[in-house]
Amino acid sequence: MSKQNNNLPEHPMERLLRMDRIPHIWCSTCGIGTAVSCFISALEKFEYPMDKVAIVSGIGCTGRVAGYIKLDSFHSTHGRAIPFATGLKLANPELKVIVISGDGDLSAIGGNHLIHAARRNMDITVICVNNFIYAMTGGQSAPTTPLTANSSTAPYGNSDPPFNLPLLVGSCGATYVARWTALHIRRLTKSMHEALNKKGFSFIEVIAPCSTLYARRNRLGTGLDLMKFYHDNSEIKHGAPLEELDINFQQKIIVGKFIDKEKPTFVDNWNNWLSQKLGSKFVPYGVAKA
Amino acid sequence: MQYWRKPLDADKIQVPHGEIHIVRDRCKGCGFCVEYCPRDVLELSKQFNIKGYHPPEAVLPEACVHCQLCEMLCPEFAIFVTLREEVETIES
Ligand code: SF4
Ligand code: SF4
Ligand code: SF4
Repeated sequence: MSKQNNNLPEHPMERLLRMDRIPHIWCSTCGIGTAVSCFISALEKFEYPMDKVAIVSGIGCTGRVAGYIKLDSFHSTHGRAIPFATGLKLANPELKVIVISGDGDLSAIGGNHLIHAARRNMDITVICVNNFIYAMTGGQSAPTTPLTANSSTAPYGNSDPPFNLPLLVGSCGATYVARWTALHIRRLTKSMHEALNKKGFSFIEVIAPCSTLYARRNRLGTGLDLMKFYHDNSEIKHGAPLEELDINFQQKIIVGKFIDKEKPTFVDNWNNWLSQKLGSKFVPYGVAKA
Repeated sequence: MQYWRKPLDADKIQVPHGEIHIVRDRCKGCGFCVEYCPRDVLELSKQFNIKGYHPPEAVLPEACVHCQLCEMLCPEFAIFVTLREEVETIES
């Protein structure tokens, strides 16, 4: 039976949402909200005290996520979500720190932070919602805008080759790399759960529709049309070679889990190296006392 | 939330039923739930909500199998489904 309005039981996700801020600002048929639903489902499965989980976002449409999730969260300046998260994690190694931000914020303005956090295997999870454009600032080209796609700074189409994000972070040393679209809700949720349980730098790219800027400027219809496009044009290929993961305008999108490996983290390396050098004089950092 | 329903019995198929709850005034009428409900339970209604969108309504509520796809896909936290007690058992 369907029940409408009045005396509704609470939506199960409300426990982890700041309901005083809902409805959120995202446009109708925007995919960011779906990515957040998946993230909340993954959090519900994550066996970790929720008061030790922190969410950090940068600026942009996806940058709003930190403000909607009812956990310790921080909405940092543009591009600086990863450095802020790094500081949190190092100051309090017990925290599970998750960065949720957009493609422009993480791979352009924060691009250097992204590659170095992956290189040093900083123990954080990064969820990058990629909608191929700078949305909040008015639809400018991002480093993820596919070749030939239209943006407000490329009215005749984009002539710059975009980043292949899994290849970028994978080649820098990330320990977990996956890509899904906003339509792959169950697989995306599972990946998010795996990433939360992963030690080291985990990265998930979520391809999601931006209806108002990307879809409209490129005459692709609404976000629902983009979801239908993902349905017809994504191919699941776990372990696919990273070089094959380029995204071209309105062409096949390869999704799946590409990397899942173990490696010492930034803190492990620090502790190992300094205990070798200094012996018993060195007090390892962030290791729970027995 | 579970990712999958419990594995199906070999000789008995248990079909769970869901009860659909729609927070009409939170919906932005994106149609994701309507498009991807595997049982065609939902349709966008003719009525407007407070924001001027058409929220979904359950036109075939009995057909709902509590897969929760609509709940996960909804970008607005505007639809969710709870499990109804009675479970239909089909002998095969
Ligand atoms: S501008 Fe694009 S990315 Fe931003 S909320 Fe609207 S649809 Fe989503
Ligand atoms: S739970 Fe599944 S079957 Fe029921 S309305 Fe939602 S999508 Fe349709
Ligand atoms: S998915 Fe959510 S926002 Fe979209 S039409 Fe259904 S209930 Fe409304």
